[in-house]
Amino acid sequence: MWLWFHKLASPPHAYRLLGKMAPWFGWPALILILTATWWGLFKVPPDYQQGDAFRILYVHAPSAWMSMFTYVVMAVAAAVGLIWRIKLAHAASAACAPIGASFTFLALATGSIWGKPMWGTWWVWDARLTSELLLLFLYLGYMALRASFDEAQRADRASAVLAIVGVINVPIIHYSVQWWTTLHQPASVTKMGKPSIAAVMLVPLFLMIAGFQLYFGWAISRRLRGEILRRERNAGWLKEAS
Amino acid sequence: MAFDGALFEARAINAWRGDRHILRDVSFTVRSGEFLKITGPNGVGKTTLLRVICGLLPAETGAMQWRGQPIRGAVDEFHTDLAYLGHLNSLKSDLTARENLKFLSGLRQSLTTEDIDSALDRVGILSRGDLPARSLSAGQKRRLALARLVLADAALWILDEPVTNLDTAGIALVEELIHEHVSGGGLAIAAAHQRLLDDAAILRRLELEP
Amino acid sequence: MKRTPIFEAARLVFQRDLTLAWRRWDEVTQPLIFYVVVTTMFPLATTPDLAQLRVISGGVVWVAALLSSLLALEALFRSDVEDGTTEQWVLSGQPLGWLLLSKVAAHWMLTGLPLVVMSPIVGTALGLPFNAWGTLVISLLLGTGTLSILGGIGAALTVGVRRGSVLLSLLVLPLAMPLLIFGARSVGMVMDGESPAGPLQLLAAIFFMALSLGPLAMSAAIRISVEN
Repeated sequence: MWLWFHKLASPPHAYRLLGKMAPWFGWPALILILTATWWGLFKVPPDYQQGDAFRILYVHAPSAWMSMFTYVVMAVAAAVGLIWRIKLAHAASAACAPIGASFTFLALATGSIWGKPMWGTWWVWDARLTSELLLLFLYLGYMALRASFDEAQRADRASAVLAIVGVINVPIIHYSVQWWTTLHQPASVTKMGKPSIAAVMLVPLFLMIAGFQLYFGWAISRRLRGEILRRERNAGWLKEAS
Repeated sequence: MAFDGALFEARAINAWRGDRHILRDVSFTVRSGEFLKITGPNGVGKTTLLRVICGLLPAETGAMQWRGQPIRGAVDEFHTDLAYLGHLNSLKSDLTARENLKFLSGLRQSLTTEDIDSALDRVGILSRGDLPARSLSAGQKRRLALARLVLADAALWILDEPVTNLDTAGIALVEELIHEHVSGGGLAIAAAHQRLLDDAAILRRLELEP
Repeated sequence: MKRTPIFEAARLVFQRDLTLAWRRWDEVTQPLIFYVVVTTMFPLATTPDLAQLRVISGGVVWVAALLSSLLALEALFRSDVEDGTTEQWVLSGQPLGWLLLSKVAAHWMLTGLPLVVMSPIVGTALGLPFNAWGTLVISLLLGTGTLSILGGIGAALTVGVRRGSVLLSLLVLPLAMPLLIFGARSVGMVMDGESPAGPLQLLAAIFFMALSLGPLAMSAAIRISVEN
């Protein structure tokens, strides 16, 4: 088992493995996402309160979930890379960042689109959207820090420290934003994340989450392969393979 | 100062700077009473090797031992036995020469005014003791940095181009300091381009090739 | 010769930074001037009516204090890394976290503390009532202290990066949002007649967490920055 793990940390082996794994993530992801979309758009009846607008929840909630999930994965990979000095872990962390930032952006965009028919404005300072916005800043900061170093080693280690400090802060940020929104009348702030819905309406939600997770697997396999190529561009095994 | 048993061992050190594999399988040993001079062309990795020994740069592979114990896991202890003179003098230009020593060497050893004065005297800048470091010449600044070695009470000296900016008298001073330290049982590792104790019995060489 | 105990080493670092600041005191006053200038911008941008300004006074004072502190923190480690002092600290055999924390403490005393002392005056100029002074000062003491540590981590990560000051703000400000929320809201609550105990306790908890974990992160970041 330990040997397998060690083999996994070797770039050429990981490169091949990821290449084989990617389609196993990609196709199921596509199928699940399409199914969830069709189900959410057509099979589920309109909500008695929100009409058809609530359907955007089926994209909004999973993206918000994935944005946080990705940050945690990014931070854990960074910690593994920092503590055990495994370069591949640092590469995985770097690969996570743009994916996570995209999910965060998607959550913000879908949240904003939902807001228009709900409250008549394109933006509202509710707990979920504000937290996602701050999370986007954290992702952007991480990517900016990485980009500011010329040497890959230092970029890896510095951004790893940042990711770990960030992940400790994320629960604090969440709680503080939550507290901040409850200080005033919560009247017009409907609970975006958890409308009370019947079980049959939850099916597309779970399908979409599963689809997004598999998409994450596909995206990270592809990105990580790209990272490996970039980092190992001078290595012997690459020249032999091509 | 118990220098006996002092032994530094490096085995199969490999290090990269960015993409370049700059140190390949470097191995050597330095014993108490020995001075190792590292030579080689510009850019071959002398500074890198010295910084790896100190622990300022990580080595991808390889192991180093001090007094028979692996350094990894006991780094702070190793550092108490180590004095490093790098390219930079580590001086604050707004502090006087005395204050510089007090606030830097004082972190390692409890120093009295006499200790500081005698160190300044040893390196020949006692008269400049109360001048801000910014007003010292380049050679005087290097001498002030050497004073840190004198005060350090460390068995292993690591020196990177110690005679930079020094005149003939200064070079002689460096040779004297190293000779005294090593003859008294200490160890010294230095990277140098020019002659440095080249004829001494205590000298051993390590030539790095590109 | 006797080895220096850690508290003595930390005290030396503290004393050194105060000595250095004393010789360049004009650098110490700049953040304070920035603080006053920024707070002046808000009435000019909105309204001279104190009754209206009062509503946002706590928030404005807090935002200005955060921005001014960040301005001062950007150069925290730069000169020490550039002249090689930092690498000697790494090699000193002393626990690096303590030395760095001592340096941050000196820096806070020179920049954060004056901001806190000025804050009731600046707040009053924005209509802040007298009964809110205590909460403002306590919240800012805890907040600027925490920010010094967070900023210290950021400064250690970005030392040597070109145009590091913008990057530093981008890294530190999102992490400092909880401080802003709890601190500014505590002032707002006391102005509304409620007890600010809740958010103040949370600020204190965050401060102590930063105090215990911050030095670890700073040491890691500094070791990375001396790798040249």
